[in-house]
Amino acid sequence: MKRVNRSKLGDLFAKIAEAEALYLPVDAPEGARYEKWAPGKKLSNATNTVRSAKDFFFPQTERLYDVKRSGKTLEIEPPETETESFVLFGVRACDVRSFKILDSVFLADPVDTFYKNRRERATVVALACDRPEETCFCGAFGIDAAAPEGDVSAWFEGDFLYLKAQSEKGEALLAKLGDLLEDADEKDVETQQMRTRWMLSALPLGKVSFEGMKKTDLMDHFKNEKWRSLSEACLGCGTCTFVCPTCQCYDVKEFDDGRKIRKFRCWDSCMYSDFTLMAHGNSRNSQLERFRQRFMHKLVYHPNNHDGEFGCVGCGRCLQKCPIGMNIVKVEKALEATHE
Amino acid sequence: MNNDVLIPRVGVVTDIRTDTPDVKTFRVIAPGGGKVFEHIPGQCAMLSLPGAGEGMFSITSSPTNREFMEFSIKKCGCLTTALHEMEPGQQVGIRGPYGNGFPVDTAFKGKDMLFIAGGIGLAPLRSVINYCRDKRADYGKVEIVYGARSMDDLVDYREILDEWMTDEGVAVHLTIDRPQEGWDGHVGFVPTYVKELGFDTNMTAVICGPPIMIKFTLAGLTDLGFDKTQVYTTMELRMKCGVGKCGRCNIGDKYVCKDGPVFRCDQLENMPDEY
Amino acid sequence: MQDRMIARAKELLENGTVDRVMGWKKGEFIYDVTPAVFYTADELEKDFVMNAFTAANVSKYLIAETKKPGRILAFLKPCDSYSFRQLMNEHRVDRDNVYIVGIPSWGKADMEKIRALGITGITDITEKDGDLLVTTVMRETHAVKKYDVYLEKCKNCKSKRIVVYDELLDGENGEDVPNNRFDEVAKIEAMPPDERFAFWRGELSRCIRCNACRNVCPACSCEKCVFDNPKSGVENKAPADDFEENLFHIIRAYHVAGRCTDCGECSRVCPQHIPLHLLNRKFIKDMNELYGDYQAGETEQVRHPVTNYRDDDAEPGIVYTRGGSGR
Repeated sequence: MKRVNRSKLGDLFAKIAEAEALYLPVDAPEGARYEKWAPGKKLSNATNTVRSAKDFFFPQTERLYDVKRSGKTLEIEPPETETESFVLFGVRACDVRSFKILDSVFLADPVDTFYKNRRERATVVALACDRPEETCFCGAFGIDAAAPEGDVSAWFEGDFLYLKAQSEKGEALLAKLGDLLEDADEKDVETQQMRTRWMLSALPLGKVSFEGMKKTDLMDHFKNEKWRSLSEACLGCGTCTFVCPTCQCYDVKEFDDGRKIRKFRCWDSCMYSDFTLMAHGNSRNSQLERFRQRFMHKLVYHPNNHDGEFGCVGCGRCLQKCPIGMNIVKVEKALEATHE
Repeated sequence: MNNDVLIPRVGVVTDIRTDTPDVKTFRVIAPGGGKVFEHIPGQCAMLSLPGAGEGMFSITSSPTNREFMEFSIKKCGCLTTALHEMEPGQQVGIRGPYGNGFPVDTAFKGKDMLFIAGGIGLAPLRSVINYCRDKRADYGKVEIVYGARSMDDLVDYREILDEWMTDEGVAVHLTIDRPQEGWDGHVGFVPTYVKELGFDTNMTAVICGPPIMIKFTLAGLTDLGFDKTQVYTTMELRMKCGVGKCGRCNIGDKYVCKDGPVFRCDQLENMPDEY
Repeated sequence: MQDRMIARAKELLENGTVDRVMGWKKGEFIYDVTPAVFYTADELEKDFVMNAFTAANVSKYLIAETKKPGRILAFLKPCDSYSFRQLMNEHRVDRDNVYIVGIPSWGKADMEKIRALGITGITDITEKDGDLLVTTVMRETHAVKKYDVYLEKCKNCKSKRIVVYDELLDGENGEDVPNNRFDEVAKIEAMPPDERFAFWRGELSRCIRCNACRNVCPACSCEKCVFDNPKSGVENKAPADDFEENLFHIIRAYHVAGRCTDCGECSRVCPQHIPLHLLNRKFIKDMNELYGDYQAGETEQVRHPVTNYRDDDAEPGIVYTRGGSGR
């Protein structure tokens, strides 16, 4: 365990940014968002960013390749592989766990090389929470907000930022910071950890559990009558999907700039009416079906395919942002109540 | 250089055959000749034409064909219309193969095979039918029931008449929905025809066609005494990636692109009916 | 007020005036209320809620609800009633299939603004004398002036008047409210073009194309939006370039011009806090200046200034900018 005085935070960021691009949450009109650090930029105090950290590995849009068509000939131009390594500072425990969930999709055979390349180039400095929100329920998924996973775990306590390397990448990062850091005792953050864990358990969603979902089989969940009332007011927008750190569905689109066709992929939402639209029909015609798909995917399909791991990390973004106040906690409670 | 699975290779369309008023069969080879990649019957590939998009199509030629791949494609949307407008020599983007394919070397081996198709549903079966024909010794008898709206809508009609019907150990039963001048064969819907014909319940059946036809044919086979574990089908849903990541072609916790498109009918029993 | 609304809803259900009730349903917290349809007195007793956070405009749901058999009771706040009236003018709702009880609204709170005050770990929020008492897990209590955390649409409320109703819960109607809702627009108008362009590029650059603004908007009632239609050629879920993204909002603002009642839902739901209402208010302000004061949804009038051609109309694109009188 190492530590650095808060007054030296600017120096610490400058030192990291000397070698690699550094991204961290800063205050913005919408709340907090990740920005590339530059002298003068201050780390936000917000519990979490509005958009999740998934953007760094799975950006909203990215170029897949270009195609030039001349006569009957096609010329396919893959993009240059990005090579810049970067540091993500201040990622919360929930978002760190979301990377593992995204990994289980994108790194499964056949590997998504765009995603993998970015994952490999990133060093994640995870920041422990000390002021959780009422919308937080990461504990339901076995995530410890007071001891986040990541290449480096970090805590703000008193006058210091405490840092502990958790991987080779993390060791390498701390080694580069050399003189700025001093040795510290892990005990220094234990009080804070206990307080945060207590706060999380005392908050309204402290007792939420999703394990009950596993007692009922897929078709019983699918056929549950409750989907009708749960989805009744859904606007069919993509807010929940786009702020979600684990939603990873995408669309592949093209853009004709007159000289070439640019193939790009972009986030897509299962809540959208054209998500499953084909020339001759749509397999999910109603908002009920689309709404059900989103929650079934997170709470049933994903765990079925990935050793019981839910497709949710309890970050609470959807609870804060849904225009009509619907969310995964309400869904879970309603489904479970049916089978009690 | 990036060689992600989402980036296609170039294929050349060397031959275009008009099968029906709205179905064409495209022959595709690699620019240097030969197949772009190998596949097993029932697998699919993503074909793209810049400006028109990309879509998943079943590979209709048999892997026993060493020179080329074929795709029988029905014109029904933006991409398929653009594909129909192509001329020979046109290059397309192609990537794959995708999906599980038919269990030709395991569950099907040594079995008497019953293939049942409706309309363009013959396309995904043509690969496995020709595979069985080319490897006659590995399979028992082959029966084919094929129906379409009209005579003109029977895909691969020439191949059926000239090759399949003349093959020993292969029986073909054709039907069209309504009577038509020049047609002296059977008239009626496929599910009814299957029941009329009646088949040995030791056979392994494969059904492909519109969802409603699959549903009634499966019911018909069950009535005849078939068990759902003997019946296979192949599915189609909207796909973007082909590799189980873009998230849209799922039926319950199965992705059609990766876990399918071939399913044994008993597997579908406990799956949502979102197809 | 919640109790009176439940009591009245139960009466109207019981005497057969309506067979269901459109309202707001309780959530996990005080603020995550969800528009919902209630069918029984028990459901109303259990889940019906009216509080400082029941801001969602339920008018748009009535497009689908009034097409169903039976008659639905809708509680409309003043701003919701403007949206409903406008939907009536556009023949999108069936007036006969809804029984409207007008309810007063003294302003709704914005949870995002409460969070922005730096209060975290909220365990409870209660209303007291129009203000909010926020309790946290560390047992602190913060008294928050409701006015300070009003939604933008409430801070600049245009009217407490309910413009269409069958009865009023309070028996009496409110009045139009003096407001400063065009001040921000005027500020932007006063910017030099480059600065104004940069302002909007900055705001719109935050768009994540979630479509919440469009989907919540009562004026966006097309069965199939052009931006969702693969055959339109402009369908897209994300921008191929960022300028395209900006155009989405501008095109939408044009499409709702003359029909937007300034209900403020677009800005309320934007997860990225883009001040979308300013685009709509710019159109409203321009229309007021060019064609005389007009408030969409206020009266039973099918043609609004943009679609109602008159010989003496200003031509803002040509005459106005080239020094015409504007009238």
